[in-house]
Amino acid sequence: MSGANRIPGAGRLTPAKTARFVFDGKSYAALEGDTAASALLANGVHLVGRSFKYHRPRGIVSAGAEEPNALIGVERDAARKQPNVRATVQEVFDGMKVISQNRWPSLSFDVGAVNNLLSPFFAAGFYYKTFMWPKQAWKHVYEPQIRAAAGLGVSPTEDDTDHYSSRYAHCDVLVIGAGVAGLSAALAAAKTGARVIICDEQAEVGGALHYDKSVTINGLEGFTWAQATAAELAQMENVTVLPRTTAFGYYAQNFVGLTERVTEHLAKPDRKLPRERLWQVRAKRVIIATGAIERHMVFANNDRPGIMLASAARTFLNHFGVAVGKKIGVYTANDSAYEAAFDLKRAGITVAAIVDSREKPGEAVLAEARKLGIEVLTGHAVIETAGKLRVSSMSVARNGGGRGRSIAIDALLVSAGWTPSVHMFSQSRGKVAYDFESQRFLPGTYAQDCLSVGACNGTNDLQATIEESLAAGELTSNASGFTASQKTELQGSNAFAWTGGMAGAAEGAGPDTTVKAFIDFQNDVCAKDIRLAVREGMHSIEHIKRFTTNGMATDQGKLSNIHGLAIAAETLGREIPKVGLTTFRAPYTPVTFGALINHSRGELFDPTRKTPMHALEEAQGAVFEDVGQWKRAWYYPRAGEDMHQAVNRECKTVRDVAGIFDASTLGKIEVVGPDAAQFLNLIYTNSWDTLKPGRCRYGIMLREDGFVYDDGVVGRMAEDRFHVTTTTGGAARVMNHMEDYLQTEFPHLNVWLTSATEQWAVIAVQGPKAREIIAPLVEGIDLSNEAFPHMSVREGKICGVPTRLFRMSFTGETGFEVNVPADFGPAVWAAIWERAEPMGACAYGTETMHILRAEKGYIIVGQDTDGTVTPDDASLSWAVGKKKPDFVGIRGLRRPDLVADGRKQLVGLLTKDPKLVLEEGAQIVADPNQALPMTMIGHVTSSYWSENCGRSIALALVAGGKAKLGETLYVPMPDRTIAVEVSDMVFIDKEGGRING
Amino acid sequence: MADLATRTLPLSGFHGGSGAASLSAAAPATRLSLRAKADAVSALSLALGLSLPTRPKTSASGHGRHALWLGPDEWLIIDENGADMMGAVASSGVLHSATDISHRNTAVIVKGRGAEVAVNGGCPQDLSLAVFPVGACSRTVLGKAEVVLLRTAEDTFRVECWRSFAPYVSGLLNEAAEDAGN
Amino acid sequence: MLLIYCPYCEEERSELEFRQAGDAHIARPTNMTEMTDEEFEAFFFLRDNVKGLTYERWRHLNGCGRFFNAARDTVSDKFVTTYKAGLPKPDISALRPATEATVETYEATESNAK
Ligand SMILES: [Zn+2]
Repeated sequence: MSGANRIPGAGRLTPAKTARFVFDGKSYAALEGDTAASALLANGVHLVGRSFKYHRPRGIVSAGAEEPNALIGVERDAARKQPNVRATVQEVFDGMKVISQNRWPSLSFDVGAVNNLLSPFFAAGFYYKTFMWPKQAWKHVYEPQIRAAAGLGVSPTEDDTDHYSSRYAHCDVLVIGAGVAGLSAALAAAKTGARVIICDEQAEVGGALHYDKSVTINGLEGFTWAQATAAELAQMENVTVLPRTTAFGYYAQNFVGLTERVTEHLAKPDRKLPRERLWQVRAKRVIIATGAIERHMVFANNDRPGIMLASAARTFLNHFGVAVGKKIGVYTANDSAYEAAFDLKRAGITVAAIVDSREKPGEAVLAEARKLGIEVLTGHAVIETAGKLRVSSMSVARNGGGRGRSIAIDALLVSAGWTPSVHMFSQSRGKVAYDFESQRFLPGTYAQDCLSVGACNGTNDLQATIEESLAAGELTSNASGFTASQKTELQGSNAFAWTGGMAGAAEGAGPDTTVKAFIDFQNDVCAKDIRLAVREGMHSIEHIKRFTTNGMATDQGKLSNIHGLAIAAETLGREIPKVGLTTFRAPYTPVTFGALINHSRGELFDPTRKTPMHALEEAQGAVFEDVGQWKRAWYYPRAGEDMHQAVNRECKTVRDVAGIFDASTLGKIEVVGPDAAQFLNLIYTNSWDTLKPGRCRYGIMLREDGFVYDDGVVGRMAEDRFHVTTTTGGAARVMNHMEDYLQTEFPHLNVWLTSATEQWAVIAVQGPKAREIIAPLVEGIDLSNEAFPHMSVREGKICGVPTRLFRMSFTGETGFEVNVPADFGPAVWAAIWERAEPMGACAYGTETMHILRAEKGYIIVGQDTDGTVTPDDASLSWAVGKKKPDFVGIRGLRRPDLVADGRKQLVGLLTKDPKLVLEEGAQIVADPNQALPMTMIGHVTSSYWSENCGRSIALALVAGGKAKLGETLYVPMPDRTIAVEVSDMVFIDKEGGRING
Repeated sequence: MADLATRTLPLSGFHGGSGAASLSAAAPATRLSLRAKADAVSALSLALGLSLPTRPKTSASGHGRHALWLGPDEWLIIDENGADMMGAVASSGVLHSATDISHRNTAVIVKGRGAEVAVNGGCPQDLSLAVFPVGACSRTVLGKAEVVLLRTAEDTFRVECWRSFAPYVSGLLNEAAEDAGN
Repeated sequence: MLLIYCPYCEEERSELEFRQAGDAHIARPTNMTEMTDEEFEAFFFLRDNVKGLTYERWRHLNGCGRFFNAARDTVSDKFVTTYKAGLPKPDISALRPATEATVETYEATESNAK
């Protein structure tokens, strides 16, 4: 038996298919298809959680996504735990572990419940008022305490071992909701041949047909028709049916986010399946068929476990076969709740009484109640309930006062009416309009190509819903150019038409200021809190919402918003639409981080770019560093070496012998066309007309404001072809910058740009023995100094494959940069290494590269410049063409501030103590004894230990720096002040002879 | 002189995917980034033996050679037989720019009834046959990488990407192909 | 996620393929060196930061690669139209129905009360 409250013969689950699950350490039986809520109720468990603020015992209120109370933790194993799952949505699987939340030490005895006794101190807005004084206490006392006490559920501490997926999808018609309306619309649309996606948040389609057994469509029982229709749709090639899929966000241009729960209900899911799948759907048209959500009645102590929505009780009975009580009461303001009583009565459950706040309920339901022998108390109110961990009685009195009569019950079904689910419509930026006749907010002005049908559109009648939905399905398909060969016809009938409904506090909710008549269960907001907010001066519903936190919990006030609004309107003496409705925002229900992140974890979090030689460098022992998305060899430690030792060795080896370095990540742009030189004249400060094919030049690029943007060596391959290099980090940005000018400012030029960064593997060979290393491998290029001087480029072959061989240097040594088509990179690297190693050369990484260039005073854009440095500040005026009529930045360079005295200029710094290495970023002052705060005149941009110099070296930006050569400045650090001497930027081989070796 | 250097392919030996969408590395190919104005199209077409497409999202193919429209003055030329494409266009005699990008790009072939779903695992374009028919091509995004798509058959896409993005692109396609089913 | 019509690709594509590139219709002067400081300031630094209809440059970066112009409403986030680089500002009044006038207040944007 799967629970004592399971009614034999009732519901649609199969009694033979059982599953076991654990709730707070106790094992329970369930049936396949149960939700955690239905299974717990089947076992007589109503108490499932504690409320957030007062820690009041709480039970299951609904049977669906709107559930405010029954939040549980669901656990598969240590890594796969999920807090704040709605028990009414989570399907039971065999072996599932469920943990109640927000209680300590146990659910039935919770220490935090003292908050309930202290509740006078926890009035609405108490956060804003109580914790104001003394000021220091907020940081040290209040905030830590509140943080410890607050929070729903417990996050897992281990990495989630599940995976999640995502896909983009396109369709002509997206139908949100698969109840009568959604299925009818999808059917009509599908039959035209249009591409249709229909989704529903529940495990099975049907919507209200889950509970309303009186419906028949085309002669079939409603729920059966729904399943048959879904099956028919699923068979069609142009239709995708997605159960367990929630449309959570409706964005611009009919872009709708869906989350599909793929394995959440399976006991032993195939690990290949994603736990959830995010669908990013772009629909030509959207049909919103999201139904309506029942509201609870607002009266004193209406939150005890056992008090639930009438439709929920009906769902538990008719779908899950579970009776929510043995002796139930009903408190309602509309007809629909009667049908719950009828169904339960027919199932053999005692119905103590139907309490109806109205004097005149619908005739039909009243007659049926009489026929079934159910006592109906019209014009009455439930003014109080009793029962500690479950409701045990209700106190019923005539409207307007009088003595209450206590009626023993073990469940109380409530219904104040139905709120059309306009969430999706509102998220689409449509404007809702208040319908005075039915006292509901309904879709008003549409902002996107969508249509609302059925209950969410205010359509109550079954046949009207069907016809409206069929028409919508056809209309939206026609708009995409699809037509049906014949009309879809559906004939539906049901037992009762419903009337009635109320919003706001019922009789028995106050005006008392102490009565707890809850409107928002999850955030513990009562009717009195709304009144207090109004008394305290909040007149806009947006202010009232924030002051009381009404509707701000994870359920977003699906039950409470309209009640809160109605109470505010009443207190303010204004009509409901004058007070306004708060905006509905995505997500409709909470979305897991897993679904949103989907594929973007681990290796796929971000592309990791590796150079063609990466594997070889790894084999040579390289340690890599991240440079943007690239992995670059940082240094190559040998056995027993730390980074410092390895780098010192590499630095020395390159200058003494030679080194090889992977420079493949440098950006490369092929600039081709008859106007190529003219274009480069405009983009760079340098002049390019005079550069002969086969020669290279160091170029500087500015932004229009005159500041250095990027630099690099440019080789002229032919009259009309340049090989431009950029910094590694600047590659994409520089390409965009050049394209921008070419396309929009200089479109008359006949020149084109192509990114060639990844076409070439680049191996720098630097040092006195560089030529000797590569010479035997190179074919067709005379490597002599005379034939191939510094800053030249030749095309020929290396290791039998084509190369663009550059004679250039970023180290100050004789150097070559071997460019080969990337696939040949590893073989050429290996061949060069095979020659280099026996000569005593080394492979070196980016750290050594940085030091060697600093020893020569070569700047790194982005390290020694920060976007406010001019060529002159960096002593690069020589690279600015003085006679050029125009280039990007020419005017910016002449701005008064850029030519003023006292600008920060790049200089060298030598610490008085040669062993001290400055910290990069450290500030520089002229007088270390001045009063605080000191006047800072610059900062250190690059600083290293130079093994070749036998001392530390640094580059720095210093105000008026070039005029300060030889002066002593100071770098104040937390533990001492370091004296430094200003020097030029070249620390080694000042004459520059080595480069031409 | 040393032995002729051997090629190391970025996706060497790569196979993956699922029953619905199989993944494999495309064979090495010659590739050109070809740029030219409208008046050079016919001469270049003649030189290539393919009529360069001038409509967005279209391509021309023949004898293992493909010309993909990437932009109003930009084509990606792929020759699966490794022909000398630089030489071919140089003979056209009209103003153009050609850059050899044979080694810059690599490609994954996605094949099977779930190919569309697999590519849509990271690409936001509508890939239905009505909107992206056989022969359609486009530069677009796949997750956080840029790719060029070419639909070579109803159930086959060629996904071109820069070589260093190949592990990411093939990895994402692999997960998406798995999600497309067996 | 928006769809943006690329005037070169002649179809709507996902926002993911595009990058915004600042204000449109600011031509780089051909006489840069003759500009006064005030003129350079106006050309390079000063922007209107319009609330409502604005003209912007976009690039179909991961598509055809072309820069183009767009008229967009910064309040509703809607693209009114896009057009090729180099073309003059289009006549927006003809493209924008009167009902799509810029929404001016927070309340009008956020509150759904009627
Ligand atoms: Zn485009």
